[in-house]
Amino acid sequence: MQSTRFEAPTTVADAIRLMQAEPNAKALAGGTDLLVQYRMGSSRPASFIDLKRIPELVGITIDRKHMRLGAATAAAVICEHPEVKRFWPGLVEAIYLIGSAQIQGRGTVGGNLCNASPAADTTGPLIVNRARAVIVGPQGERTVNVEDVSVSPGQTVLGRGDLLAALLVPCPEPRTADAYLRLIPRTEMDIAVAGAAVSVTLDELGLCTAARVAITAVAPTVLLVPEAARALIGSHLDDEALRLAGAAASAAAKPIDDKRGTNSYRRTVVGVLTRRAATIAGRRASLPM
Amino acid sequence: MLNGEPVEFLCEPVETLLDALRDRLNLTGTKEGCATGDCGACSVLLNQRLVPSCLVLAAEIDGQDVLTIEGIAQGETLHPIQQKLLEHAALQCGICTPGFVVSAKALLDQNPNPTEEEARYWLAGNLCRCTGYDKIIRAVMDAAESMRSDETQ
Repeated sequence: MQSTRFEAPTTVADAIRLMQAEPNAKALAGGTDLLVQYRMGSSRPASFIDLKRIPELVGITIDRKHMRLGAATAAAVICEHPEVKRFWPGLVEAIYLIGSAQIQGRGTVGGNLCNASPAADTTGPLIVNRARAVIVGPQGERTVNVEDVSVSPGQTVLGRGDLLAALLVPCPEPRTADAYLRLIPRTEMDIAVAGAAVSVTLDELGLCTAARVAITAVAPTVLLVPEAARALIGSHLDDEALRLAGAAASAAAKPIDDKRGTNSYRRTVVGVLTRRAATIAGRRASLPM
Repeated sequence: MLNGEPVEFLCEPVETLLDALRDRLNLTGTKEGCATGDCGACSVLLNQRLVPSCLVLAAEIDGQDVLTIEGIAQGETLHPIQQKLLEHAALQCGICTPGFVVSAKALLDQNPNPTEEEARYWLAGNLCRCTGYDKIIRAVMDAAESMRSDETQ
């Protein structure tokens, strides 16, 4: 058996060339999934292509319209960024839920998306914030809505030679905020049984004028639930609107039964989490940014 | 740079930093617990950031700055975190201790005055099967206090 090679390209073009030349190459960001899979023997790539020496793939830039999050930016770096904390508290709270301080020092939001776990904590907050994935490859650059990146557990729309370069997150409108909640049987260091991300926009009188809801670990991919958002839009996030949003999230869920939770438990819980996350997002949106 | 000294070594393409530290550089203070990023025993600082060295490839650290447990004490003088762990008898078998020291140092470097809750959450990525954690937390909180009073003197 050929041993796995290691490459550390410094340009996007070189990385694409290396990825294209070898069908079984793996792009390496934080390694918190890939190197564990390698260690467990479930993945034996021909090469690891380290992305962290490519300047465009690392770091955070925010202009008046967007945040551009380099795909290989360590999670802890994102959490420490004052403007990210201010504008996307739901994304930051999702990152804080992933593993330990050690894992957050290494893992990336781009890797969390590309690993395509149905339980990926940061994917829901990206979806409700209308984030787009910037994918570069042999055919050039394209953008894909984050909700369309994963197609099934572990599978994405990325083709041979494609790389996730960055995530583009539009800056929030006034009186807009997000929130993320998940259920795990302990207080930290676990994988979601169910999760819900919500973003709401309020008008000056507290009426909800826009909303997005995404649910985690209750379907083969993280799901955008427009029916739940519709229940919130036009309301003052009152009990009845929250109840309807929760019911819509439960109805949209298609969970599996496993050791973490049964189908019916997950359906129930995802509705509760949706209600509570909407309440938190609404409270944040009503505060000055 | 490794513990402030330039170091050169050859390694396999897919060899972890943990294995290189222990088997090539004879820095065996960094321990292997789970080797899958769950236990914190192999914690090191990579460019001042806390990482599990079992999930870093040795080849990745070319040109980077690494601090291991061996670089924490000043010669024979223990770091306050090490001193307080001893005083509080906050270790038994000792396998997790280097990881706790490095992890606690990363915490106190960025937050010299953590609450007990912050310290407990931060150290949640370091597993200890002997102490029940309480002595470790008390030692770290005590170390934080003594480091703060050293700062003000």
